[in-house]
Amino acid sequence: MGLGIETRHLIARRAALEIRPNMIVNLGIGIPTLVADYIPNDHGVLLHTENGILGMGGSPETGMEDGNLANAGGYPVTILAGASYFDSATAFGMIRRGLLDVTVLGALEVSEKGDIANWIVPGKRVPGMGGAIDLAQKAKKVIVLMNHTDKTGAPKIVKECSLPLTVQEGAHMIITEKAVIDVTEKKLVLREVMHPYTVKEVLETTGAPLSLPEKVAVFR
Amino acid sequence: MLSHTEAHPLKTKQITMDEAARYFSDGMSLMVGGFGGVGAPPGLVQLILDQEIKDITMISNDTGFPWIGPGKLITEKRVTSLIASHIGSNPEAGKQMHEGTLAVEFVPQGTLAEQIRAGGMGLGGVLVDVGLGTVVETGKEKVRLKEKEYMIAPALTADVSIVYACKADTYGNLMFDKSARNTNPLVAMAGTITIAEVDEIVPVGTLDPECIVTSGVFVDYIVQSKGVDWKWVWELKQGT
Repeated sequence: MGLGIETRHLIARRAALEIRPNMIVNLGIGIPTLVADYIPNDHGVLLHTENGILGMGGSPETGMEDGNLANAGGYPVTILAGASYFDSATAFGMIRRGLLDVTVLGALEVSEKGDIANWIVPGKRVPGMGGAIDLAQKAKKVIVLMNHTDKTGAPKIVKECSLPLTVQEGAHMIITEKAVIDVTEKKLVLREVMHPYTVKEVLETTGAPLSLPEKVAVFR
Repeated sequence: MLSHTEAHPLKTKQITMDEAARYFSDGMSLMVGGFGGVGAPPGLVQLILDQEIKDITMISNDTGFPWIGPGKLITEKRVTSLIASHIGSNPEAGKQMHEGTLAVEFVPQGTLAEQIRAGGMGLGGVLVDVGLGTVVETGKEKVRLKEKEYMIAPALTADVSIVYACKADTYGNLMFDKSARNTNPLVAMAGTITIAEVDEIVPVGTLDPECIVTSGVFVDYIVQSKGVDWKWVWELKQGT
């Protein structure tokens, strides 16, 4: 995503605060994967993967990898006590049934209504939606982690998405290297700015109106 | 009373790779188990490559990596039509799609899994609301049921399904290993002919029936695997 390692971890650490004890959580690839590092071990959180694990643990030590035990991105993982394996249909049944408390994913654009675009740039990048549409439409809370702007400096938080959507009005929260934004029914609310950015800098690089509460906290 | 004891009468479904080759043909529809290449049958994929089979319509969760699992069939240009949820880890698939040599239908992952399951379960299709309000809706037939709108996702079957199991008896009762299970039990049910590549083949009667994930009734043939014949992406990054 073009962000430094410290910034990526700052975003992940902030996202982890949204995860409460005993939640069922799915983490996407990229910065969302780092969120796992900041979920306290004693919280009883179970990580869900699309390929069929509930209760995924961290990465194994080098040399201890198992080719048949991987996350949805194909990288080796471990499991925690209480974990279960199941087929892909069951993995998505859990999602559609509304059993996921939180999903954390990346995005190309998010609109002021919470529309998310994250699976295709027509004619350029065509990764496919994978499980993103299922997750973004069905998880109880959808948290988007992304750069505040794209490579050209253009805002990624916009009035209307220009790219094909992953979900309409799906996002509940956006966390970038500059800000923590709540997506409410009527408007985007700037909850926090990320150190060292200012409210002014956030407003200047956001392509949709942001509502400001009396006090905007600083997260560092 | 029926009693299958030591000398069980169930005929073996085990065949050699050479014998399995006859079930693949140009223009076939092929369903491949696995997720990101994990759980994809290495020997059967290689067999299809070695047989010079082409013009395949492939149905798989994804296209793995260019050198892993069903990704190899893409890299070698054997697939002309693809139904999948994700091709992002295989740049070759995206390249062929843009060049117009590979037709790709993208399906949300959970819907694709259900379409395959429905095919295996003898259903006409399933009703899903995942993707309403997105391009997924394009061209989909819709129904209203209990005041909710759904798209009809038709069942998927294939001429041949290939899957990878860690253990099987000679009747084709299958067990899978950890997250290598993924789409395999679904794909196993949806093939007109299903061939399972298996790491360990044991006599009938030696598997605990409670632990069998796919009943052998869905499996036509089993072949002995020689194991994964590719390097995983994380192994390459470690430089091993």
